[in-house]
Amino acid sequence: MAAERGAAAEALVGQVVLPGDLLLLPAHYDEDAEGERLRLSAGAAPQGRLLCGPGLRRSGAGLLVTKCGLLRHRPAGGGAFWVDSQQKRYVPVKGDHVIGIVTAKAGDVFRLDVGGSEPASLSYLAFEGATKRNRPNVQVGDLIYGQFVVANKDMEPEMVCIDSSGKSSGMGIIGQDGFLFKVSLGLIRKLLAPKCEIIQELSQLYPFELVLGMNGRIWVKAKTVQQTLIIVNILEACEYMTAEQRKQALAKLSGN
Amino acid sequence: FMQRGLDSQTKKQLEEEEKKIISEEHWYLDVPDLKEKESCIIEERSFLRCEDLVYGRMSFKGFNPEIEKLMIQMNSKCKEEEIEEDDKMEADVSDEEMARRYEALVGTIGKKFLRKRDQRVLKDDDEDEDDEVEEGNSKTRPSKRAKKMFLKPQD
Repeated sequence: MAAERGAAAEALVGQVVLPGDLLLLPAHYDEDAEGERLRLSAGAAPQGRLLCGPGLRRSGAGLLVTKCGLLRHRPAGGGAFWVDSQQKRYVPVKGDHVIGIVTAKAGDVFRLDVGGSEPASLSYLAFEGATKRNRPNVQVGDLIYGQFVVANKDMEPEMVCIDSSGKSSGMGIIGQDGFLFKVSLGLIRKLLAPKCEIIQELSQLYPFELVLGMNGRIWVKAKTVQQTLIIVNILEACEYMTAEQRKQALAKLSGN
Repeated sequence: FMQRGLDSQTKKQLEEEEKKIISEEHWYLDVPDLKEKESCIIEERSFLRCEDLVYGRMSFKGFNPEIEKLMIQMNSKCKEEEIEEDDKMEADVSDEEMARRYEALVGTIGKKFLRKRDQRVLKDDDEDEDDEVEEGNSKTRPSKRAKKMFLKPQD
């Protein structure tokens, strides 16, 4: 197979890349001797390491694209490249905060459905203030917001509801009522971006509570059932609406 | 006793022999360069480290005050806003009151843990100032104090 000629990574930022494309990194990331010489001469070598995000893989000469999507770049903190792709199916990743549904209690461990290929396990001691005698009150069918502590393709994913310092910081059992629904992963990332317009506009409407899981699940709770359903419909629809259509829809609602 | 010593010695000898064998036959990679290469690029599968994502739990217009506090806390960890001032404002007890009470508290609890002798000394110090002391006490005091010192036997 003829090797493809790679293109410079920075030239393709913001454009569509396909699996199999090879991205060449700028000279100061290269490990060849030429790269070292360049590094010495040009004093502007970036400190820190380059982050090769989801959709990209490290290969000898540069980065190999494994998913189709738009290439993104973040120059801060050593630089990061990743592919912004769309998918509905979630793959557990370590450190992600997700909403899980308890499907079974097996002794000391709960089995949670997180939308991946396997159910995740959650130990009853992984809650804040839980001891062997003081067990958390978790029933089958409860919703739990937690983060992954082990998540790779070889092992069953494991979740916990406390962070590294032992505090729950918002994780744990999600309360009564409310509505859980599923959206695509790209929308979740859009909603979780800092200063998301959708969230800001929605927050002007009614008081409500929102939990976003990186596995595509959103849980909404508002004062009345009608308000909850309105918010659910807007969130589901705003994936395919333009900003103007969204503003029109919200204007109608706040007018009512 | 001697057998155990022998065993440890033989064990040490065996270990040394093993090490020698291993170091001769051990294959090691003569490529320190590769390590440097690997440290330049990190592979990451999570979007959390690439993009600046906000915390997933949110509450608006006071629906859940605890989560609203949490939102401010989590989101300011990234941005380092002025949370320290807010904490000082929200304290129920001011720093001065706290210092006054703690001062008094330390004294009272400290007395509880003194040994008996020290407690008596404390009491004596307190009672020295009082003039209305019983004679019994005054009699016992010098004798008890005398007991502490070595008394020479009178010839």
